[in-house]
Amino acid sequence: MLDYDFMRTAFAASGVAALLAGTVGFFLVMRGQTFAGHALSHVGFTGATGAILFGLPPLAGLVGFTFVAGIGMGLFGEKLAERDVAIGMMLSLALGLGLLFLHFYTAAATQASALLFGNVLGVDSAALLTLAALALASFAALAIIIRPLIFASLESELAEARGVPVRFVSTAFLAIVAVAVAECAQIVGVLLVFTLMVGPAAAAQNFSRKLMGGAALAAGLALAEAWGGLTLAFYTDWPTSFWITALSGLVYLGSLAVRFRAR
Amino acid sequence: MSALSFDKVTIRLGGRDILRNASFSIEDGEFVGMLGANGAGKTTLMRASLGLLPLSAGEVRALGRRATRGNPEIGYMPQNRGALAGLRLRGWDVVASAAIGARFGFVTLDKAMRREIDWALDMVGARELARRSLGELSGGERQRVLLSQALIGKPRLIMLDEPLISLDPGHQRNVVEIARRICDDLKVAILFSAHELNPLVNAIDRVLYLGHGEAVIGAVDEVVAGPVLSRLYGAPIEVVRAGNRYYVMAGDVDVEHDAHRHDHHAHA
Repeated sequence: MLDYDFMRTAFAASGVAALLAGTVGFFLVMRGQTFAGHALSHVGFTGATGAILFGLPPLAGLVGFTFVAGIGMGLFGEKLAERDVAIGMMLSLALGLGLLFLHFYTAAATQASALLFGNVLGVDSAALLTLAALALASFAALAIIIRPLIFASLESELAEARGVPVRFVSTAFLAIVAVAVAECAQIVGVLLVFTLMVGPAAAAQNFSRKLMGGAALAAGLALAEAWGGLTLAFYTDWPTSFWITALSGLVYLGSLAVRFRAR
Repeated sequence: MSALSFDKVTIRLGGRDILRNASFSIEDGEFVGMLGANGAGKTTLMRASLGLLPLSAGEVRALGRRATRGNPEIGYMPQNRGALAGLRLRGWDVVASAAIGARFGFVTLDKAMRREIDWALDMVGARELARRSLGELSGGERQRVLLSQALIGKPRLIMLDEPLISLDPGHQRNVVEIARRICDDLKVAILFSAHELNPLVNAIDRVLYLGHGEAVIGAVDEVVAGPVLSRLYGAPIEVVRAGNRYYVMAGDVDVEHDAHRHDHHAHA
């Protein structure tokens, strides 16, 4: 399996994306912001289709749009209720725009399917390099804000009183989420971003009571699911994204069982 | 020097004066209970003392300097709205996250910080409780673990916002006793807000009563009396005293008790 060049690239790309998505997803779930991650992926769809239409690399459009949208979301709504509506509106508007861009682009069907459901085997070495560099930058940024982020996520009022710039931290975090979403979309597609960002993270929170340990577990689970999915896809010839979602769902179910038996 | 002083302070929020030209001060090492109806501004007053709110007029000084955000000499416990009740993290980790949460960069806990966290948990009798996840604790136990956070950093003023809310009488007494002991042992000033006077009355040195934009501080017998409270509530108030218990009555309604009855439904 690893004799093939495209498989080696696919393993590397999905590994990079899974590690980032698992880690970032852990904090996204802890903050109860999974909906924001979902919306960002849809914005990414608009970015990618727009980029294709204008002859740019889809990855650039994907990352660019999610990044700007992530910062916008962070600066925007304060209250959760308002945020839900605002995010929902942005989500549908983004998908609608993406549809329009696809409409103008002739080879719509294959591109749309790759964007929506991922095409990890189509990642070339240039894209892999971009993914790795973006992931490295995201991990560095996360390491810088990690302490205030955890504090603000658990006890935002106290964090504010202790002088944590809560708004800045949450905006910076959403920018990191945006990059993770874009990386994930490259592997499993815009519609299935949840499977690497939320599935492993939610499972890790059922398995573990620790913070850093839980985040590491989420990253490990995401990596195992991504590589497992690739392997299964290689031998069955079924779509990679299907196998990743199946493994992610299974692991999550297992974690629920563990959690409820522990009670 | 006062632990906290308000000098002719006006705070306007949403077009309403929460405080109007209010002046009072809390002395070093003093345990003050803060009371007042819902919306009288108890939380607002604490937030202003933490430098989180703009003042329309006047000056707030905490521990000798103008109130600014992130003053490490102030310990604070915000009102617990139950957001942490479902958390599966260990209490110790939550306290630790708060202790180093204001620092950027990949900071790790050093030995001194670990010792301080254990010490703070010991002070509130929650060292053992903190081994369990917050979600497994009862409301009163969780409150004690969270209370330890206000002790970290060796504060000289501690503000506790409604720490008795939705606790049963036994846990209420427990939290008040812990606060009194902290005040005595550590020589810190404590501002403790509550919606009923009776659980606090034997422990506090003075009472700060808010209402109608005013803040009145003094001994319990001076403040919790018909004439003062009638002004603060804007309605005729009669105070009935039975032994060491006070009943603040507007007509035949117990205002302190009834205004907050809804809080007692959510026993954890």
